Amino acid sequence: METLLTVIIILLKIVALLVPLLVSVAYLTFAERKVIGYMQVRVGPNRVGPKGWLQPIADAMKLMFKEIILPSQADRFLFVLAPMLSFGPALAAWAVIPFGDGMLISHLDAGLLYLLALTSLGVYGVIIAGWSSNSKYAFLGAMRSAAQIVAYEIAMGFALVGVLMAAGSLNLNQIVLAQKGNLLCWYWLPLLPLFVVYFISGVAETNRAPFDVAEGESEIVAGFHVEYSGMAFAVFFLAEYANMILVAALAATMFLGGWLSPFEGIPLLGNLFAFVPGAIWLVLKISFLLLLFLWFRATFPRYRYDQIMRLGWKVFIPVTLVWLLVVGLGVLGHVGPWFH
Amino acid sequence: MGFEKFLFYVFALILIFAAVRVITVRNSVHAALFLVLAFFTSAALWLLIEAEFLAITLVLVYVGAVMVLFLFVVMMLDLNVDPVREGFIKYLPVGAAVALLIVIEMGLVVGSSYFATDQYSLVARAADYSNTKELGSVLYTFYVYPFEIASVILLVAIVAAISLTMRRREGVKAQDPGRQVRASRDDRVRLVHLAPEKKK
Repeated sequence: METLLTVIIILLKIVALLVPLLVSVAYLTFAERKVIGYMQVRVGPNRVGPKGWLQPIADAMKLMFKEIILPSQADRFLFVLAPMLSFGPALAAWAVIPFGDGMLISHLDAGLLYLLALTSLGVYGVIIAGWSSNSKYAFLGAMRSAAQIVAYEIAMGFALVGVLMAAGSLNLNQIVLAQKGNLLCWYWLPLLPLFVVYFISGVAETNRAPFDVAEGESEIVAGFHVEYSGMAFAVFFLAEYANMILVAALAATMFLGGWLSPFEGIPLLGNLFAFVPGAIWLVLKISFLLLLFLWFRATFPRYRYDQIMRLGWKVFIPVTLVWLLVVGLGVLGHVGPWFH
Repeated sequence: MGFEKFLFYVFALILIFAAVRVITVRNSVHAALFLVLAFFTSAALWLLIEAEFLAITLVLVYVGAVMVLFLFVVMMLDLNVDPVREGFIKYLPVGAAVALLIVIEMGLVVGSSYFATDQYSLVARAADYSNTKELGSVLYTFYVYPFEIASVILLVAIVAAISLTMRRREGVKAQDPGRQVRASRDDRVRLVHLAPEKKK
């Protein structure tokens, strides 16, 4: 009876997390079109519903009623499995992200490792989709994506090692608590190179512009999902946005103090904003990082493939290795408010 | 039968099924994916004995990195299985002998006193027990020399692999980003002043 109750509570928690998450995924697509629209001096979607607010729902309806086409000689099972494989890890990772002190689904002690493991699984969706479609373009996209993700995974991992050294814990709750203080105590300042490396690797890992060579619509049509249609395509689309939100949430948790208020401990301002719940701060930080994602897409042209590889292997990995040494010295010397 | 035991048998069955499919399935990409499934279920089995660090590392290293590269290579090969199977009967005795040897060796190791698992029971740990911390403290104190030696050997392997495949070729048109960045307007643009032509 008691176990049944725990299971029900856990399920309710998961629902309470996933429903807002899926709504945000839907409206992130809307935000992207609006933001990029304004950046390019147009208004973006404004016809469906008041000010275009029902656009994501209209898109979802359209995709749901479209036919799913299976290419001839495609590997049917894997073809259907691939979108789920890319969406699943993006949702499962939210289990360890804290929205407040202890407000998380799973108190996993090795939370950071769990996240690293899950984010590295997303590539399977892309690779399997590319291979099972039985199409040249899809296959090329899959190959590009595999090489790219392996390169950036390493830089990303090293960046997180820096966080782990500074906080002395793999538990995300502990990592946020270790950054307690005002916004200068957060890890973005002492770990600035790692923060930059992590965020850019995150953009690369989610196959977003300027690193979206796996899609590369101008050269390989739409890359790995060229053969997908209807709901199967929609799931890929949602997975991309869910992954963006996840990367933004992780960066906010590990480098921008998670649920902590930026004015904590500052006289006057600190008391003024003390009533704001932690979850709001986290959402604000995530929204800011998501805006950066959209901004990148509107600003930068797509990287050439060899430039991507060079950036990953020859710039990011050395930078993180050097900064790990600096963090080690900082931890030994208990420098500043950051390293206890 | 407790819930944990039930989970163990479920995962064990999946693991054995996946492992058998790795060597019996005809399509090499499917075989690689079954290997991924096998890694995943063994990670789940390790989670059941509360070895969460090892379990997650298994997924991170093998599923997240090694198998991606594996799939990368396997997908590029358009393998035709039939010529490989031609010598099946011819090599059967040798293969069987090797397999038998391995079975005997495994039997000796697993069946010996080192692995008599019935002597040990699962140690109950407090809820705040950190497997990761424990592993780290042992690895960097008691086993520090074996650990360092193993890492140096890996480093040597990396350097060796790179130096074996690195070749200097003539006439490669590789770009030098440093030079590209240093280039200024004067290097690329030449303004020519032409006297205007006179109409005759």
